[in-house]
Amino acid sequence: MSTMAKGNYGLFGWFATSMVVFWLLIAIGPFVWTLWGSFKVQGDFFSKADWRNAIYGVMTTIETGEPFTGNGYWGAWVQEEFWRNALNTAVVVVFTVIISLTLGTLGGYALARSGYRYAFIILIAALIFRAMPHITLVSGYLLPFFEWNLWGRLSTTIIVLVAINQPFTLWMLHSFFLNIPQELDESALVDGCTRFQAFWHVIVPVMWPGVITTGLFSFLLAYNDFAVTSMLLSSENQTMVPRIASFLGTVREQGNVMFAVSAVVSAIVPLFFLVLFFQRQIVSGLTAGAVKG
Amino acid sequence: MPHRYFFWFILPALAAMVLFIALPIFSVAIQSLFVEHEQVMKEVENCGPFKCETVLQVDNETTARLQEEAPLGRFNGLGTYTNRAHLAFEEVGQIWAKTETWEDFVAGVYNLPLYKALFFTLSYTIVVTPLVLILGLFIALGVNRLPPITKGPTIFASLLPMIVTPLIGSLILFWMVDADGILGATLQVLFQDGDLSLKASAPLTWIMLFVYGVWHNTPFAFVVFYAGLQAVPHETLEAARIDGASRWQQVRYVVVPFMMPLVIFITLMQLMDGLRVFEPIVGFSASAKATSLSWIIFNDLFGDSKLYGSAAATSVITITAVCILLTPVLIRTWRDFHRKST
Repeated sequence: MSTMAKGNYGLFGWFATSMVVFWLLIAIGPFVWTLWGSFKVQGDFFSKADWRNAIYGVMTTIETGEPFTGNGYWGAWVQEEFWRNALNTAVVVVFTVIISLTLGTLGGYALARSGYRYAFIILIAALIFRAMPHITLVSGYLLPFFEWNLWGRLSTTIIVLVAINQPFTLWMLHSFFLNIPQELDESALVDGCTRFQAFWHVIVPVMWPGVITTGLFSFLLAYNDFAVTSMLLSSENQTMVPRIASFLGTVREQGNVMFAVSAVVSAIVPLFFLVLFFQRQIVSGLTAGAVKG
Repeated sequence: MPHRYFFWFILPALAAMVLFIALPIFSVAIQSLFVEHEQVMKEVENCGPFKCETVLQVDNETTARLQEEAPLGRFNGLGTYTNRAHLAFEEVGQIWAKTETWEDFVAGVYNLPLYKALFFTLSYTIVVTPLVLILGLFIALGVNRLPPITKGPTIFASLLPMIVTPLIGSLILFWMVDADGILGATLQVLFQDGDLSLKASAPLTWIMLFVYGVWHNTPFAFVVFYAGLQAVPHETLEAARIDGASRWQQVRYVVVPFMMPLVIFITLMQLMDGLRVFEPIVGFSASAKATSLSWIIFNDLFGDSKLYGSAAATSVITITAVCILLTPVLIRTWRDFHRKST
């Protein structure tokens, strides 16, 4: 294709290039704008008079004396104790990723190495489960969790997220293990290993690229979830995303929208670095499903 | 792999899926057959300074006891499915009998909550999916022509709208298009209308949500198409060029047919995601003008009065819709498997 790029730079070339530039503006413009605005006061970020106020920080200078202010961040993290929610998110995400990868590698390996029909039926069931909107499942949990006093705890949410994540993890790791030659574990079996020893000593050392890619998507699912965490966590155990949603209601009345803006920017930062460091894995993970059909 | 080992390896994952996905679906189906207890009333003698009168009052104690004895509520059969908030057979029938034209009929049905949500969910899916496909393909073609050094940063920037939490992404856009936000205020100036608010008008709210959908989903289509472009055979393109095909014709007759499997894949993923659209409605505070199936369920369950029966009935309807939509895919996967195994 690179040869195609050279040569006459006609209408098509200009169209394609301007399309990319336009897209980049739309894609990152909102993030840049919100990051910049989060260091201003509300009168600037939501400026009725002139949008350029947000750039120069006119109201911010009047109210705080400086063109930039960290008031929003102070209000969100210290006054509203957003750090508790960040901590809860960290706990939920770390445990969800570790547990779902552990279950997923064992299950995915078994599915990849079993040629029986029931393995295929499990995969089909997982495909159906994957398509279920999460909120429909939540409406099934809520009443039993209340009755058995499991509602509101971080551990319950972690287990639910692990389960919701399993179908995807199983599919992803199953297709990854299919690419590891079967001769590898068979030769270990011939040498006298048990099934589990073969898995542990032969497969585990070579499985990390696939596990990391799958882990990234487990991370995103747990980190970005709103339906499950907002319904299953009590207000003292809330993670970041549902907390931001509840910010909106309370904060608007008090004129502290900037708290929510700062919280939103804070919640994006980890995602930004995730993409920065793992761009290649994310892209390969997204396309893996497409290539296999 | 022998059955015994397979069983132990798969057990934890299978147990998690059965306990927290299969059983909840089952429990939702049962819940949908029940409704909340009616509040038990009792007659109380209420004596004022002049006379005594008997009034009806909620008997909290008995109601609570009833609730404890049967937390599911009372059996209602399929009543919840057919009531006004769900499939509303009776109301639809009445509207059908009363209205003359199709337009009136659709407008009448649109006022019923479930159909309103269904309309939005379907329109969202139908509008967003083709736009995502087209935009994603063009961006992929454009990025493919960029100098190699700029490709990495471009892909990085393009991934952000998709990676970001849906609720947070919709909030960021909402703050910009809100009446006081940069885009909202600019639009007011452009149209010389100080009261112009995207939130206040239903069509504008819908457009706003569609724009969010395209913004959020295009990166996925782009990445998949971009990976696909790397695999388009050189020889075919070169042959087309030698035969005098213009660039548009090369894209139309060589690249697009080659990408058809990817188009099907992306469409499928978009359908699944479109049916569960939910967070942007919360983020844009758009629920007055646009609701989705997932949002209705959320709304029934959120807050103090939890309508388990109603939420469960909507869930069952949603699950049924998803299964119907998935059937062709499942049949295809099943056939592929048999072809491979024989």
